[in-house]
Amino acid sequence: MATVVRASETAGRRSSTVLIVATSTIAAGKRPKTRSILLKTVMAVTGLIFVGFILAHMYGNLMIFAGKEDFNEYAHHLREFGTPMLPYAGFLWVMRITLVVSLVLHAGSAFALWHRAGQARTTQYLARKGQWATFVKRSMRWGGVALLIFVVFHILHFTTNTIQIGGDYDNPADRLVASFGEWWAVLIYLFAVAALGMHLLHGIWSAGMTLGLNTSLDAAERLRLAAILVAVVVVVGFALPPVAILLGLIP
Amino acid sequence: MKLTLKIWRQNGPDDKGGAVTYPIDGVSEDMSFLEMLDVLNEELIAKGEEPVAFDSDCREGICGMCGVMINGEAHGPERVATCQLHMRSFRDGDEIVIEPWRADAFPVIKDLCVDRGSFDRIIQAGGYISANTGSAPDAHATPVPKNDADRAFMAAECIGCGACVAACPNGSASLFLGAKITHLGEFPQGQPERDARVMSMTAQHDHEGFGGCTNLGECSRACPKGIPLNVISQMNGDLLRSLRHQS
Amino acid sequence: MTLIEGLYTEGAPIADTAAPDGPIAEKWTKHQFDNQLVNPANRRKLDVIIVGTGLAGASAGATLGEAGYNVKSFCYQDSPRRAHSIAAQGGINAAKNYKGDGDSIYRLFYDTVKGGDYRSRETNVYRLAEVSADIIDQCVAQGVPFAREYGGLLDNRSFGGVQVSRTFYARGQTGQQLLIGAYQALERQIGAGTVKMYARHEMLELIVVDGKARGIIARDMVTGEIETHLADAVVLASGGYGNVYFLSTNAMGCNVTANWRAHRKGAYFANPCYTQIHPTCIPVSGDHQSKLTLMSESLRNDGRIWVPKRREDCEKDPREIPEEDRDYYLERIYPAFGNLVPRDIASRQAKNMCDEGRGVGPKVGDFRRGVYLDFKDAIGRLGEDAVRAKYGNLFDMYKQITGEDPYQVPMRIYPAVHYTMGGLWVDYDLQATIPGLFVTGEANFSDHGANRLGASALMQGLADGYFVLPNTIRNYLADGPYEPIDVTHPAVVEAQDAVESRVTELLGINGERSVDSFHKELGHIMWEYCGMERSEEGLRKAIDLIRSLREEFWRNVRVLGAADTLNQSLEKAGRVADFLELGELMCIDALHRRESCGGHFRAESQTEDGEALRHDDEFLYVGAWEWGGDDGNPILHKETLEYEFIELKQRSYK
Ligand SMILES: Cc1cc2nc3c(=O)[nH]c(=O)nc-3n(C[C@H](O)[C@H](O)[C@H](O)COP(=O)(O)OP(=O)(O)OC[C@H]3O[C@@H](n4cnc5c(N)ncnc54)[C@H](O)[C@@H]3O)c2cc1C
Ligand code: HEM
Ligand code: HEM
Ligand code: SF4
Ligand code: F3S
Ligand code: FES
Repeated sequence: MATVVRASETAGRRSSTVLIVATSTIAAGKRPKTRSILLKTVMAVTGLIFVGFILAHMYGNLMIFAGKEDFNEYAHHLREFGTPMLPYAGFLWVMRITLVVSLVLHAGSAFALWHRAGQARTTQYLARKGQWATFVKRSMRWGGVALLIFVVFHILHFTTNTIQIGGDYDNPADRLVASFGEWWAVLIYLFAVAALGMHLLHGIWSAGMTLGLNTSLDAAERLRLAAILVAVVVVVGFALPPVAILLGLIP
Repeated sequence: MKLTLKIWRQNGPDDKGGAVTYPIDGVSEDMSFLEMLDVLNEELIAKGEEPVAFDSDCREGICGMCGVMINGEAHGPERVATCQLHMRSFRDGDEIVIEPWRADAFPVIKDLCVDRGSFDRIIQAGGYISANTGSAPDAHATPVPKNDADRAFMAAECIGCGACVAACPNGSASLFLGAKITHLGEFPQGQPERDARVMSMTAQHDHEGFGGCTNLGECSRACPKGIPLNVISQMNGDLLRSLRHQS
Repeated sequence: MTLIEGLYTEGAPIADTAAPDGPIAEKWTKHQFDNQLVNPANRRKLDVIIVGTGLAGASAGATLGEAGYNVKSFCYQDSPRRAHSIAAQGGINAAKNYKGDGDSIYRLFYDTVKGGDYRSRETNVYRLAEVSADIIDQCVAQGVPFAREYGGLLDNRSFGGVQVSRTFYARGQTGQQLLIGAYQALERQIGAGTVKMYARHEMLELIVVDGKARGIIARDMVTGEIETHLADAVVLASGGYGNVYFLSTNAMGCNVTANWRAHRKGAYFANPCYTQIHPTCIPVSGDHQSKLTLMSESLRNDGRIWVPKRREDCEKDPREIPEEDRDYYLERIYPAFGNLVPRDIASRQAKNMCDEGRGVGPKVGDFRRGVYLDFKDAIGRLGEDAVRAKYGNLFDMYKQITGEDPYQVPMRIYPAVHYTMGGLWVDYDLQATIPGLFVTGEANFSDHGANRLGASALMQGLADGYFVLPNTIRNYLADGPYEPIDVTHPAVVEAQDAVESRVTELLGINGERSVDSFHKELGHIMWEYCGMERSEEGLRKAIDLIRSLREEFWRNVRVLGAADTLNQSLEKAGRVADFLELGELMCIDALHRRESCGGHFRAESQTEDGEALRHDDEFLYVGAWEWGGDDGNPILHKETLEYEFIELKQRSYK
């Protein structure tokens, strides 16, 4: 049964299905896939683009408190932005394309990482302590999917006017006020906003980590505060208009 | 104390394996967790059953050889290596589920023993500073700011136990990886290879089949050496820096 | 000539240690020059096997790999990074004189020889001191995070009772950091393909062909396969054998197998009875205990050691025992050194106190085995925060293990086996009595005489591996590649058969008792009779007990499971079988050395006030034992120690 191995030869022990090697040298031939960290970087950058858009969008929504005219004026202004350098609504299209590309990259990376995590542990534990991290992991992934579905619905609702709630109006302000007169529409939006808040709470912290900003315990604290701040601002900022409309505070 | 142990038994890498329940009596609180398993094994041998295989060596919390999942927590309920966990942390009548680390990059060899050779191969890929024997300048030739030295030390405390991987919901070894990259990257001596190191080590990490990190932080909570998450951030930053330098 | 009623015979003295002539400060330089070189193109054709990846083995593997030799490295753990060197806490010595406090190569040399109670070889120790400074440079270049001062330069502390600050440290984890440095250098070579690593492999036999060491038989601990590995030279860096005592501060897997197998093939085993017992370990808490944990010696700088004056007080809460009822026995007996007396003295006195019935803590057997190490005064003097800053991690560790808070209640400590100065005999080239077999680190007997100074084992391991061995082994390898051999060579076949039949035999006995129960019993015998204090009567008794235990082992041990899988009982059984043979040799060595020296205290050789008494006239030699066969007696070869540069003195700490 004895085997002879001279130092100049190589020998790894293997069993039929699992490779058990006494510290082997790096296996040749295998090519690294795209590094997980790069996928993460893509998510962080696109995620932050979303955050920029979201903050601007939230500011726009809050214009409703200044009155319907101002709100419509704002929507109109968006389309005129950049003219005459850009064609009418040109800026909007640049933004839309950026958002769509970002979304594809963001969601694509998310699914790739999700898949890799599944491959990395194919046998599950019998016992698992209820973990905050597990919750966060699920809420990011399923929350992300929920956001995706919401965005589709939302665009059909406000941008294309395909889904009509509370009647058919041709200006954004009226559409808004009519829609949020329905309690269930408000509920859908609040639910989406909550999902967004959760997503940002971890997402902003996570993007900071990914971009190498967390380099000390103090930096970690700052990052955490920033994430909380943005999440709270976004949730409150988005929730105000629908709630105000439902309560009849906006004529 | 009287306890019920539910232990993963698996005869070899190819065996399917499953949990087996063993009652155990007369456990004292002064025993370490592994000594409790020693007692169980003595009983099994007396009964003619094969003892449970588990890894341990130093039993001082420093070699990183030991490590099992205890009731779903890597190294059990305290932030120490399994060998430093004592039965004081359990109550009479408890049921304890004991499983091996689970990660496809750590295949099970037998019972609670896993193969962590993937960690060694990550180090081979660049987890060192190349300094041939005898070529070193005087140790005082390059002073190192104390803060950098302290941070390097903090990261260098990693014992390579694998609990971070076992605890990570994504099965990622980023904490281990980040710890080494931070340790070597904090030193002036580590600069020449800094870019190359992060590139090759992260590539090796991925093709060993570890999952990607999504900054969930469970690894650091399980780490017996308390390696902080910011080493992962430093690694990410180093990777981006290295890409910038390349282009 | 037969001595001590046929327990051993005496053979020819050892005449040559291969040390070159000339002034001591020039020997090493001259020797390196005189040793032959190997042409870089030829190195690839030379195979070297290294057993062990601790400081001694990993550093040698990395260095020989860099040089271009073909290295195969073995360890029984799942990764080379886990070798027991990782557990060393305190620090590593080097004659850098960075503190400008008068340190020098000569002083380190002198301290080491004196610390070893004049039982080490001057030439080797001088060389050790000489290369010590290079070690620190090498480690720093690798990124070992030694403690630094605010100016960015390395910090040093004084350690183990010496007068100069020459100890480099990395908090309480010096061994870990040094080993990780060496491990990374080794992994770099593995990646480069010059070193092939065999983790979870245990060496079970040495292959000797035509009188030369030519390879090993190793068992793959995962598949159970018995493998033959051939080479031009074999290096053993397999560490110490303190686990012969079952309970020690060593890791669970530390063993003597590699050394013992080589010994049985003709390598002399030197000074096997020299063991070091460390005074500050956490005491045993019951019979389930699997190992003892060391608490850094630095605790003795601020803690005061005491036991109650009266036996009746031993069960009391120590906080309720008033000052006048406490016996600070070290301060009483050794007013000049107090709590800082050397390890052996502190250990022996603790045992004396407990033997008198004044020990504290839980009763284990008939005695309480513990003394108090009290920080009350230090906390009063420095404040709790200052004490926490200095010793916080040790206090936490103590609390984790014992469940008691040392800030409130005095710690309990007790001595434990820690280090073995004995090992395979080697010459100046670190070559054993089998040509082609080299031994480094704790596995050899070389540099520490009868007692090792704190922070010197790490120094020796790295000195051997980085700087000494690579420069001596080349002289041997330059005559290679040696004649090719293959598996059919009778010596190889014999070695394979021996290993396979041993495995079969162990699995086939199927007796009543577990391996651990034998190990515990052996450990008990060794601790009782060949521990801190040894007497003629006790040692004789021990030899009889070990012999009958060994006989029972081979008749009554129960090893379950199969040969072709991971089988931890089988691994342990092989190790315990070797310990059972080593234990007897240790007792014979202890018995024949009728003097007290260093860590070896012979009851029959003490001064009127109970201090160790050395006999330079009779015992100024290294006792190197040759295997006398399974039925024969061991044969003693003496290497007379010559002190040319240092004057012999009796130690006194009063
Ligand atoms: C708790 C503790 C604290 C210490 N603190 C200090 C200190 O502060 N300063 C100091 O100088 N010294 C200290 N020492 C002593 C010092 O750590 C050791 O003497 C030294 O590290 C030994 O190194 P080594 O390389 O010779 O062997 P080890 O590090 O023990 O390595 C042995 C190697 O051999 C392998 N091996 C063994 N047998 C076999 C086999 N049969 N087959 C295959 N492989 C095998 C093992 O896998 C391992 O890789 C301490 C020791 C202990 C126990
Ligand atoms: C309650 C909260 C919200 C309100 C009142 C609201 C309102 C609107 C309105 C009125 C438009 C149409 C603008 C226009 O066409 O001029 C719009 C577009 C859009 N909204 Fe919202 N929105 C809300 C929440 C969200 C959220 C949470 C997201 C994303 C996660 C989002 C993403 C978008 C996108 C992507 C568009 C399309 C932009 C474009 O391409 O024209 N909105 N929103
Ligand atoms: C379209 C559906 C979406 C999916 C499937 C999705 C999914 C994910 C996932 C899985 C992560 C990684 C979570 C983690 O790091 O743990 C993530 C991160 C992030 N997401 Fe989304 N998300 C979506 C939409 C959005 C939107 C609309 C925004 C912005 C408002 C956003 C902002 C972010 C940010 C900032 C991060 C952090 C990036 C990082 O971890 O580095 N995501 N997303
Ligand atoms: S980072 Fe922590 S948990 Fe991970 S291997 Fe290192 S010590 Fe273990
Ligand atoms: S738990 Fe996993 S996801 Fe990252 S932060 Fe830790 S590796
Ligand atoms: S056995 Fe070494 S860390 Fe637990």
